[in-house]
Amino acid sequence: MTFSYDNVYINETSTITGPYEKNGPLNHYFDKSYDDLYFGAKTWEQAETKLIEESVDILLDKINKTKDLINVHIGGDLSNQISSTNYAASYFSIPFLGIYNACASSCESLIIASTLIEKGFVKNAICTSSSHNNAAEKQFRYPVEYGGPKRKTTTFTTTGCASAYLSYDKKGIKIESSTIGKVVDSGTSDVYHMGAVMSKAAADTIKKHLKDLKRDINYYDLVLTGDLGIYGKEILKEYMDIEYGIELNNYDDTACMIFDREKQPVYAGGSGVSCAPLVTYSYIFEKMKKGKYKKVLLVATGALMSPTNVNQKQTIPAIAHAVSLEAI
Amino acid sequence: MEKNRYLDLVRKHTPKEDRLKNGTIAFLIGGLMGLLAEVLIEIYSYILDIPTKEASTFVIITLIFFGCLFTCLGFFDKWVHFARCGLIIPITGFAHSMQSAALEYKKEGLVTGIGANMFKLAGTVIIFGVVSAYTFGLLRLIIMGG
Repeated sequence: MTFSYDNVYINETSTITGPYEKNGPLNHYFDKSYDDLYFGAKTWEQAETKLIEESVDILLDKINKTKDLINVHIGGDLSNQISSTNYAASYFSIPFLGIYNACASSCESLIIASTLIEKGFVKNAICTSSSHNNAAEKQFRYPVEYGGPKRKTTTFTTTGCASAYLSYDKKGIKIESSTIGKVVDSGTSDVYHMGAVMSKAAADTIKKHLKDLKRDINYYDLVLTGDLGIYGKEILKEYMDIEYGIELNNYDDTACMIFDREKQPVYAGGSGVSCAPLVTYSYIFEKMKKGKYKKVLLVATGALMSPTNVNQKQTIPAIAHAVSLEAI
Repeated sequence: MEKNRYLDLVRKHTPKEDRLKNGTIAFLIGGLMGLLAEVLIEIYSYILDIPTKEASTFVIITLIFFGCLFTCLGFFDKWVHFARCGLIIPITGFAHSMQSAALEYKKEGLVTGIGANMFKLAGTVIIFGVVSAYTFGLLRLIIMGG
């Protein structure tokens, strides 16, 4: 399922992060970073809500608009019932669509917003994608202060919120097309190796996207997956080669870009809903505007993991959505 | 690609854990913990003039206290992460798992937060500790007559 768009642009973005991202290599590209993980709130969950609120406030400031001029807000995060985004949405009181596709939510929100704008149902939209390391650890893994050993393939959830303002004004980055991915079950149930869980879904979506638009992989200056981690990245490369005969040359993964794996305790790299958009909306967009990349395919991947089902010995389904971005 | 072939591909790109290194660290630190406990037992029984059996209870309480205190101070997780089973298997691991859960859920209330979640990790240890103690006690009774 691939759509092409003529008049959808990401006019402006805002990125806000926690301390680990601040100490990472992309520090200078973010709009704002905090030194602690509470951001002045009382709990991790409330801290995430605060991040989203602040991120949208920064975005509205940048585009010089008040919130009543925004037609729709689409957003998601990793918490149960996407509560962090729901609470933030109650603060904005903009018509709201809450979405969940785990870490693929960022592209999912862009696809929905682009389609609404292209068809003229709305004039503009705000997409938010957020995650909080400690809120996610608490929900999916162990208490934050518990120091049990972790495997090398474990990924480290990013803390941050990335927001984008989309409209049909020709400014910023063009959303050229998008592909809605299928849920793929690769037969793995390893919660500490999400790269293995999601690589097959990413490959499926990339292949589908190229086939639907009759394109070669080299059409893109950069294919960007988010967030498979260093091991998942290798799995995807080899899988694409063996299964589809596609060689991924101009390829990177946002999990490997947001942190300095040598110096930071992040194992296989970053993860979380905010990982891919934090890198894309800041660093990649900057490079696109400066002409380093013209066409970028962003493929956000999500492991649709539920601790309950994993405990019931079920495998983990995964999904990936692709958005084709163009510099104008 | 069939599932098995994909899983082979995953295995190929999955790094091996440093089991020898981890095991050695755990062995050494676990041994040091044992040594520390023995020294404490001797000190307690000497200073307080009590039998070693009673002193060992005092030592367990001491280790639990420091396991909890260091967890609250925020650095014990780094120690446990380094020492792995060297600190998880002794009573310090039990204290750490309970204390970290209590810290995590304290903002959700005394009953619905701490009460309901404190044994989230440690509950398993208690259940299977009691079950195995009962099983082995019964075996001992049958084989050795008590």
